[in-house]
Amino acid sequence: MNKGIYKIIENKCIAPMVYKMVLSGDVSHITAPGQFINIALEGFYLRRPISVHDVDREAGTVTVIYKVVGRGTEAMMNMTEGELDVLTGLGNGFDTSLSGDHAVVIGGGVGVPPMFLLAKELIAEGKKVTAILGFNKKEEIFCEDDFKAIGADVIVATADGSYGVKGFVTNALETVEAPTFYYACGPEPMLKALYNASELDGQLSFEERMGCGFGACMGCSCKTKYGNKRICKEGPVLRKGEIIW
Amino acid sequence: MVDISTTLSGIKLDNPVIPASGTFGFGYEFADYYDINILGSISFKGTTAEPRFGNPTPRIAECTEGLINSVGLQNPGVEKVVNEELPHLAKFYKKPLIANISGFSLDEYKLCAEKMDAVDQVGIIEVNISCPNVHGGGISFGTNAAAAASVAKTVRSVTNKPVYIKLTPNVTDITEIARAVEAEGADGISMINTLLGMRINLKTKKPVIANKMGGFSGPAIFPVACRMIYQVYEAVNIPIIGMGGVRSADDVIELMLAGASAVQVGAENLVNPYACKDIIEALPEACEKYGINKLSDIIGGAH
Ligand SMILES: Cc1cc2nc3c(=O)[nH]c(=O)nc-3n(C[C@H](O)[C@H](O)[C@H](O)COP(=O)(O)OP(=O)(O)OC[C@H]3O[C@@H](n4cnc5c(N)ncnc54)[C@H](O)[C@@H]3O)c2cc1C
Ligand SMILES: Cc1cc2nc3c(=O)[nH]c(=O)nc-3n(C[C@H](O)[C@H](O)[C@H](O)COP(=O)(O)O)c2cc1C
Ligand code: FES
Repeated sequence: MNKGIYKIIENKCIAPMVYKMVLSGDVSHITAPGQFINIALEGFYLRRPISVHDVDREAGTVTVIYKVVGRGTEAMMNMTEGELDVLTGLGNGFDTSLSGDHAVVIGGGVGVPPMFLLAKELIAEGKKVTAILGFNKKEEIFCEDDFKAIGADVIVATADGSYGVKGFVTNALETVEAPTFYYACGPEPMLKALYNASELDGQLSFEERMGCGFGACMGCSCKTKYGNKRICKEGPVLRKGEIIW
Repeated sequence: MVDISTTLSGIKLDNPVIPASGTFGFGYEFADYYDINILGSISFKGTTAEPRFGNPTPRIAECTEGLINSVGLQNPGVEKVVNEELPHLAKFYKKPLIANISGFSLDEYKLCAEKMDAVDQVGIIEVNISCPNVHGGGISFGTNAAAAASVAKTVRSVTNKPVYIKLTPNVTDITEIARAVEAEGADGISMINTLLGMRINLKTKKPVIANKMGGFSGPAIFPVACRMIYQVYEAVNIPIIGMGGVRSADDVIELMLAGASAVQVGAENLVNPYACKDIIEALPEACEKYGINKLSDIIGGAH
């Protein structure tokens, strides 16, 4: 973990109520895709946990994508310049060594952002990547082109059928040929549906309300088949086989 | 050179800053961030006889200048704490520790106190009496003077280490509880624990916390803590470890003026992992600013 002051380089709207923020500062503690950062906002007591979407190690920047859902993210939405106090390098992240040769990365809504850095790293390791991006409707889609640009096969699923495959990410997963492993992040009902729908092994990323984000308060604990874990420290990524549902 | 050392029941602390139980785990994880040996002491996570998972999540709700937690005393149980967590902490921290113990019955307090008594590095046993008594209709030990006194007496009878009773602020007259535990041989008082609070999510129209209520702490409760420490200082003749919303060197000085001999930092560790370090480093300068040469001289100075 690193606590540092990060400069806001960019903060722009990429879909309705969804913003992409680029921060510059020390990125050396971000060691795996699927990790998150914890952002202090003036006027709010607790930090806001947001997944790492991308890291540029040469430029020293970290990118996050967040949805405006409450007062904290509403305050973030209007920031165009200035500095933020941020904790980086939090959580365990995804393990790319588990993927086999054809990984499916699955993101639902604001679960899509962390899958981008993961897909990038898997592709850099020479693996085939299919990205399934789930959204409610066409207007809400973001990042589709980014995944295409790095060489992933992209399937977009929309719940209302206004774009791509009609239905949920589980419907899209059925159409993927010879997948070896999946990685998923999204709302819990989506994760649970995936868990039940597919025989495939995978890693899933969870959310919980956090006090600290770095393992000190036990605010985010969950039970697993291998004992209690803190979503912020031993998570947010859990292996399918340890999840109790 | 300003002298920022202080003393608790004959144990000399290099400075009065102690991370509060439940906000610092078993300490060693913070050793990744800074040298934790600078701390005056460490009050580690509340320990119970049996392992506890704690309450269902969500356990955390944000508040203006604070948070509500309903962790529910998640801990691996006293055996594992003594055999695994404390030896691990001992690799990074060499000074006397404050062992925070909890119980849901007198027997449980007794067992935890006996186990902690056997640990050399434990300097003080801090007894959290905010838990409900399972044999007393679920009423918290800490909200009834007789029940609080019975815990003090029980723990006192099984250890020669200093016993500090940690008081809950959720009472009508905190001085009555303080006097009752002093009469049963408590060596000191820790105060305050969290205030019972609630937040409601306007979208779901239900409480944010799964257990509905939880413990409110953070800077918002500082004035309540200050007032209660001031009152208890006048009521008893044993030292007080003060806490509640401390986030700066100025806050430390203020609680010491109210009557605290040392100060714990809780919620602030969660939003700033370097909080205790920052406060310790700022203390000498803050003392100079207020014309203080020896910090321990100001204990109770506001009276
Ligand atoms: C590990 C992790 C990674 C995340 N990654 C992303 C991401 O990449 N993009 C994104 O848009 N969102 C992400 N979230 C969710 C994001 O943290 C919340 O949407 C955000 O904290 C809401 O803040 P607010 O002040 O706008 O909402 P409010 O509801 O006003 O917040 C009140 C409190 O609840 C907490 N809270 C509210 N919703 C959540 C939630 N879903 N999870 C955890 N805490 C919450 C807030 O942090 C704050 O303490 C992630 C959450 C976690 C735990
Ligand atoms: C997440 C959390 C967990 C806590 N766990 C314990 C505990 O196990 N035992 C205990 O005596 N107090 C516990 N407390 C109370 C604190 O030690 C402290 O008394 C209280 O939070 C007031 O200080 P603060 O305002 O600085 O947080 C906990 C507080 C928080 C925020
Ligand atoms: S949020 Fe504090 S331990 Fe996970």
